[in-house]
Amino acid sequence: MLTTNSLNSDITAKVSVENLFFYYSNQPALSDISIVIRDQKITALIGPSGCGKSTFLRCLNRMNDTIPDIRVEGRVLLDGQDIYAPGTNVVDLRQRVGMVFQRPNPFPQSVFDNVAFGPRVLGLHRTANLADIVEESLRGAALWDEVKDDLEQDALSLSLGQQQRLCIARVIAVRPEVILMDEPCSALDPIATLEVEELMQRLKKDYCIAIVTHNMQQAARASDWTGFFWLGELVEFAATQTIFTHPSQKLTENYITGRAG
Amino acid sequence: MTVRTAFDQELQDLRDNVLRLGSMVDTAIGRSIQALKERDQSLAQQIIAEDEDINALRFKIEGDCVRLIARQQPAARDLRFIVAAMNIVLDLERMGDHAAGIATIVLRMGGEPPLKPLIDLPRMAQIAREMLRASLDAFMSENEQEAMDVTGRDEEVDQLFNKIFRELITFMIEDPRTVTRAMYLIFCAHNLERIADRVTNICERVAFVATGRMEEIPSEAGTETGIIG
Repeated sequence: MLTTNSLNSDITAKVSVENLFFYYSNQPALSDISIVIRDQKITALIGPSGCGKSTFLRCLNRMNDTIPDIRVEGRVLLDGQDIYAPGTNVVDLRQRVGMVFQRPNPFPQSVFDNVAFGPRVLGLHRTANLADIVEESLRGAALWDEVKDDLEQDALSLSLGQQQRLCIARVIAVRPEVILMDEPCSALDPIATLEVEELMQRLKKDYCIAIVTHNMQQAARASDWTGFFWLGELVEFAATQTIFTHPSQKLTENYITGRAG
Repeated sequence: MTVRTAFDQELQDLRDNVLRLGSMVDTAIGRSIQALKERDQSLAQQIIAEDEDINALRFKIEGDCVRLIARQQPAARDLRFIVAAMNIVLDLERMGDHAAGIATIVLRMGGEPPLKPLIDLPRMAQIAREMLRASLDAFMSENEQEAMDVTGRDEEVDQLFNKIFRELITFMIEDPRTVTRAMYLIFCAHNLERIADRVTNICERVAFVATGRMEEIPSEAGTETGIIG
């Protein structure tokens, strides 16, 4: 069912998914997904609720492993290495493939400790100055100027938009290679949403980003590539401008023009 | 499955308004040739006055398009349709200007005696109007093939223009006293030739709606302008 435009040309593949099937208790949630997620690009995954896009995103760093009675078939290659191969260190994987969630979920600690948490757990502070890592991460997440005067303040006292950028700082503090975002702006107001989108544009210079979004205008504005999911299948995957001006599949067209879903 | 009934209705209204504008322009072209044939100065004045209505409807439709884009964030075919409509109303409005141009020439001709019976000019106008109507039909049905079929007829108009041009040049060479009257007719023919060219622009936009490709439809070599060497 998948239709692609130039899927195999001009690729710097960071994550290559090959024939991925996913089952909850033998109920298929994803069928035969193949997709290349490019480095230094933003890939948006769109589709109606329940279409499998979040399940798919969570397959990319094995976040689904914690759910009982699931089954994964196919391959997910990160820099050519299958992350579902036996012996994969899942903690290492999640350091390389970080995740930002729908609602900001800072720890009930100071701003500093939130960002320092990952580096401390991974022992990064033994080779680099922790304060430098925190500052660099907060700058990277475009939050430094707003919090630098009081890094000891409670993270929960920040605005929701600031909290979400703090969560992004927490992800980049462990120096990942891929950042997964699962509807990162759905709890944010339009200004905070645009701030996160601006941040994504800056981050993509250094990271591979995949974002699940319900907001089609966000996908149109912010992403380079877009995949449209429907009932567990990837219907179309193409350059974002193609998807939003001239999709090849009628189903894609109906969805993005609000006539299906 | 449609969940955007209000938006669909607005798109239908847009389609209807483009058609209405096209109909007004079609009428203006027909009447301009009638005014030319009959030297009807009051009809010519009426065409020029009514061109304001064409201009006003064009701007109303453009405003509607901008509002739709701002409020509905259209994508894919909807977006292509709206963008095409904005381009098409511009071409239609300019065709109206060409009809008003012919009416202006009728006013300038005043009571001078006719140079010759008008046969090819009304024929040009007839073909141009048929092309215009067919292009609007193609726009309504968003049918690329129908649009392509229309563009093929531009060649007929160009050939008629070249024929008229040669004929009137001969008149002017033979009797320089005919120069003014011959030039008036050449201007009229040129207006009609430009109208047919603008119909092909509409057809290009129909093809864009249907396929997403933004391309100029190639015309026969050397006849793009309708001017012979």
